[in-house]
Amino acid sequence: MAFLDGHKAIERHATLLAVLSFLVVTIGGLVQIVPLFYLENTIEKVEGVRPYSPLELMGRDIYIREGCYVCHSQMIRPMRDEVERYGHYSLAAESMYDHPFQWGSKRTGPDLARVGGRYSDEWHQDHFQNPKSVVPESIMPPYAFLGRTPLDIAHVADLMRTHRAVGVPYTDEMIANARADLVAQATADGDWDALLERYPGAQTRNFDGQAELTELDAIIAYLQVLGTMVDFSTFVPDASR
Amino acid sequence: MSAQHTKPAKPGEVGTTGHEWDGIEELNNPLPRWWLWIFYATIAWAAVYTVLYPAWPLVERATPGILGHSTRAAVATEIERVAAANAPMRDRLVATDLTAVSEDAELLRFATNAGAAVFRTWCVSCHGAGAAGVQAAGYPNLLDDDWLWGGDIENIHLTITHGIRNTQDPDARYSQMPAFGEILAPEEIDQVVAHVRAISGQDHDPAMAEAGATVFAENCASCHGEAGEGNRDIGAPRLNDAIWLYGGSEAAIRTSVVNARFGVMPGWSGRLTEADIRAVALYVHGLGGGE
Repeated sequence: MAFLDGHKAIERHATLLAVLSFLVVTIGGLVQIVPLFYLENTIEKVEGVRPYSPLELMGRDIYIREGCYVCHSQMIRPMRDEVERYGHYSLAAESMYDHPFQWGSKRTGPDLARVGGRYSDEWHQDHFQNPKSVVPESIMPPYAFLGRTPLDIAHVADLMRTHRAVGVPYTDEMIANARADLVAQATADGDWDALLERYPGAQTRNFDGQAELTELDAIIAYLQVLGTMVDFSTFVPDASR
Repeated sequence: MSAQHTKPAKPGEVGTTGHEWDGIEELNNPLPRWWLWIFYATIAWAAVYTVLYPAWPLVERATPGILGHSTRAAVATEIERVAAANAPMRDRLVATDLTAVSEDAELLRFATNAGAAVFRTWCVSCHGAGAAGVQAAGYPNLLDDDWLWGGDIENIHLTITHGIRNTQDPDARYSQMPAFGEILAPEEIDQVVAHVRAISGQDHDPAMAEAGATVFAENCASCHGEAGEGNRDIGAPRLNDAIWLYGGSEAAIRTSVVNARFGVMPGWSGRLTEADIRAVALYVHGLGGGE
């Protein structure tokens, strides 16, 4: 039992125990985490995924602020019933610009990974005003104040810089035009050419149906883009991944 | 502390591990054998599992496992299996003329059931679980025989395929009522509201309604019809009945006249297959109001 006697030396020496424990945990961590950074199936490139536009990004912040993730997940699992209900299962690449990701695991409400385009803006306006008005059996609380709260866009460029710091490829040009892009996207009949060049496929209109730029504009713009970036009529996922 | 194990003195007593601190000794209760062997078995199973299933990360990708399991492949296979089982009926549904489905009892039963599943997944959030819409909120009731764009099976199919006033589908049904708040004088709006109340059989001021008839004839009749009977070709709602999309109160009618309404329905051709769209069209058609 010489081996076990050796272990006794570790048990009796707090510093040695701490150092060796750290070593073991480090190796375990490296083996689990490091491959995720280089294995091909975890970094699948998918056409169409782009960073969020400033308006969508602010909507995402409101989504997190209000704790929407507590009741709504954003990940369609690869199972037939989920695919039939929500659409194509989620791809890792679709949340590559999410910091932090909003996958979630609690579905008090439905999954929102592909909610974009599923409902009209008017439906979302009514639904935020009072969810029971459109879904009588809903237990979601009203978020009517979103439509009354002006969107604070003073720090949107800083928000984008923060996301750039953690790896979202926002260019200097995108950050310099953040406020202009944000306002343009929420304006009906605005000048959208520059915005669309920076954020291909961005939806542009007055999302909340009111003249003012409110938080409702931002969160509806965010919801309407969710899951719509990848064109699944042309994208075929590699089945072996 | 001494490291001497002690053996139980007699059966039923428990020895110690030899650990002792300040007179407190650690009893040596061994794990039950069955527990211990299951523990060893799980370790052995873990080793086998990493051989059978994707596990160890290598340079290019993880070891695939000799069973060749893949979640993506599994879901694709499962979807294909169900699709293959339904394929004959779905092909028949797509191949059959929509108006002829009702003559094929088996096909109609299949379509109604499949359509109900599609409806409960995609349509309930606006039209309601019972398809009664949301009264006076702009989400049409599908149970009655009052149709905005036509209630025969072909028209329902077209509406579902392309949607209404959405920006995604260029073939979406489209019409837009002008916002008369900028066109009519306030007293003209009061009058026309009274007229609409009159033709829909509600309380109204007869003198105002009479004046409103002229306003109606000049501004509204071209779409809503002289008697307010509506026009399905352009989605102009019928006004001379008791069914309202946005409410029939004076305030609701006034809002409709002043601001106009712009209800949107998404097109489903990008999300649903032709068979699904046909099935849900037949389901809606069969809810009671189909023509």
